[in-house]
Amino acid sequence: MSAVVAEHDHHDHGPAKGLLRWIITTNHKDIGTLYLLFALAMFFVGGAMAMVIRAELFEPGLQFVDPAFFNSMTTMHALVMVFGAVMPAFVGLANWMIPMMIGAPDMALPRMNNMSFWLLVAGVLLLASTLLMEGGAPASGWTLYPPLVLQTGKALPFAIFSVHLLGISSIMGAINIIATIFNMRAPAMTLMKMPMFVWTWLITAFLLIAIMPVFAGAVTMLLTDKFFQTSFFDAAGGGDPVLYQHIFWFFGHPEVYVMILPTFGVASTIIPVFARKPLFGYSSMVYATAAIAFLSFIVWAHHMFTVGMPIAGELYFMYATMLIAIPTGVKVFNWTATMWKGSMTFETPMLFSIAFVVLFTMGGFTGLMMAIAPVDFQYHDTYFIVAHFHYTLVPASIFILMAAGYFWLPKWTGHMYNEKIGQLHFWLSAISVNILFFPQHFLGLAGMPRRIPDYAIQFADWNMISSIGGFIFGASQLLFLYIVVDTIRGGTGEKVTAEVWEDASKHSLEWTLSSPPPYHSFTTPPTSIPTEHI
Amino acid sequence: MSKDVANKNIKLARTLLLVAVAMFGFGYALVPLYDVLCEWKWIERDRPDDIKKVPEVAYQIDRNREVTVEFMTTLNESTPMKFRAEKKQLKVHPGEYYTVNFYAENKTDNAMVARAIPSFSPAVISSYFEKIECFCFSEQTFKAKEAKIMPMRFVINPALPEQYKTITLSYTFFDNTEKSVKK
Ligand SMILES: [Cu+2]
Repeated sequence: MSAVVAEHDHHDHGPAKGLLRWIITTNHKDIGTLYLLFALAMFFVGGAMAMVIRAELFEPGLQFVDPAFFNSMTTMHALVMVFGAVMPAFVGLANWMIPMMIGAPDMALPRMNNMSFWLLVAGVLLLASTLLMEGGAPASGWTLYPPLVLQTGKALPFAIFSVHLLGISSIMGAINIIATIFNMRAPAMTLMKMPMFVWTWLITAFLLIAIMPVFAGAVTMLLTDKFFQTSFFDAAGGGDPVLYQHIFWFFGHPEVYVMILPTFGVASTIIPVFARKPLFGYSSMVYATAAIAFLSFIVWAHHMFTVGMPIAGELYFMYATMLIAIPTGVKVFNWTATMWKGSMTFETPMLFSIAFVVLFTMGGFTGLMMAIAPVDFQYHDTYFIVAHFHYTLVPASIFILMAAGYFWLPKWTGHMYNEKIGQLHFWLSAISVNILFFPQHFLGLAGMPRRIPDYAIQFADWNMISSIGGFIFGASQLLFLYIVVDTIRGGTGEKVTAEVWEDASKHSLEWTLSSPPPYHSFTTPPTSIPTEHI
Repeated sequence: MSKDVANKNIKLARTLLLVAVAMFGFGYALVPLYDVLCEWKWIERDRPDDIKKVPEVAYQIDRNREVTVEFMTTLNESTPMKFRAEKKQLKVHPGEYYTVNFYAENKTDNAMVARAIPSFSPAVISSYFEKIECFCFSEQTFKAKEAKIMPMRFVINPALPEQYKTITLSYTFFDNTEKSVKK
């Protein structure tokens, strides 16, 4: 006869013990941590690929890798950074921060949350496995344009299935975020009191649900064209490869906003705290985000000015694209106005945020240049576009992710990071990122095409400078890895308070919880909502 | 989480999942939509829809105008064929009918199914270039080592705007043998 111990079923139980905790967890903080660590690992994997690219381009001629592998590197670098690093990092932040910011105990659909993380891991591993396959990993560029992509070797179906998995994972993540924001808010947290990070993620989640299935459809058409005798994109069977480009960019343009809108959200969260002022123009920020999201659906063909479009189409896509500069400009002016006459201090998160405002604006302006259809014929598929989108991703999305790390690590761990090393990381990154990408504008204007392993010797000098910047930038990121590990293990030893940063609890709810916060965030909804962020 | 909220969450998740499935369908709906949009008259068609056969009608021949038509022949990837036009270019009067012969040969020891796809430059003239007879209207079958002379009969509609003095017609042969066998 065995004694049955009836355990009291209570809700504030802690995490499961041992390694299994991380596999079966349904806790929003655990899953957030998994996402963030996975994204950090992929940041270094994708970064290593970028180092291969920059090493090969250090001098003209073929040095280290053969051209097919080089093309695989440009393709895989992009796919890993977009789907393995930047997007999962923001989903990780959403998991950690959204329940705490809106006064909820956890995410709305915790088990689906676990599944979407592990599907992401499966998708990325499947994608990485294509590197070992006969014929090599996809080498057509991340856009996977046919007919080129159909010449991929054995890897093609695996790469396509991996896109399916990544798509399903993102859609599930997005559904969870929307359900959390709509149904789990504390009663006092009205929509127009939500922190900007929550707002930008709400809009991003809708974008994801709208576009990921379209991309999944496009790659499915590639799959059936290759293996099941359909002719969606096959001219010989009456199809049209240009159709793929339309479908891809219907996904692809909003996709770049999936990476930048949460960036805006984090910047709008950090800047007011260190300027010690409310965010300037909160409601205009909300409407600008919504406007950018809407416009992102009607501008896709600005990626296709050179493929042949009616004049009316070129003009329409040119003007529609330029319109995006208006809501984006609203945001840049709002951040600047937030800092205006603020009592600013320059801790590492603020430094990264200020660099973001400056450098993202530059990336935005080169985007405006390329929106002009007639001159885009010169920039198209040159290093100018490479410089443009790296300015909007590296010193924007990546810098803001770094800022978010420095900003919230003390909250997550209860330990303070080493500010000196943080500042060093910032200055090395901010300087080297410009050495890395600024010369690529010149290369592009001089006519150097993208996605080539070898180049004419007139491009040698700027490529060498760019590569040197790349190596410094890559090495500097190891400092961030050090900081993360060091802070988790105790950091400076300084005990941090609940609000960590001066008066942060006036800005947002997460700073009213202890550092580190309890396993379940708000078991009873908070009644008073900080409104300094508005 | 209360039962009430949990139910609300599941309901919302279902609705959003439906939206995602609908968007997957929308991706496929873009295929016919694309064809429809390319057909619209007010869009200057860039995608030549010139695989259509047009009946021969008598036009007023415009002897004062001369348009140069250039012919280009290409093989897709490594399609094992020989393919060329009997002349590289032809000076034509709008409204007059011409026939140009194309020469194609199967270089392999097996039967082959191939398809020629036309393309125009500048793209807008495709609607003025009317074909009465063309090897591009359908798939061509070749016996092993077979060579064919294939005529293409066309007229340029006199409505062609004055500014077009030179037009290029390009044909690309695609090897469809594998696809037609599987079908
Ligand atoms: Cu775009």
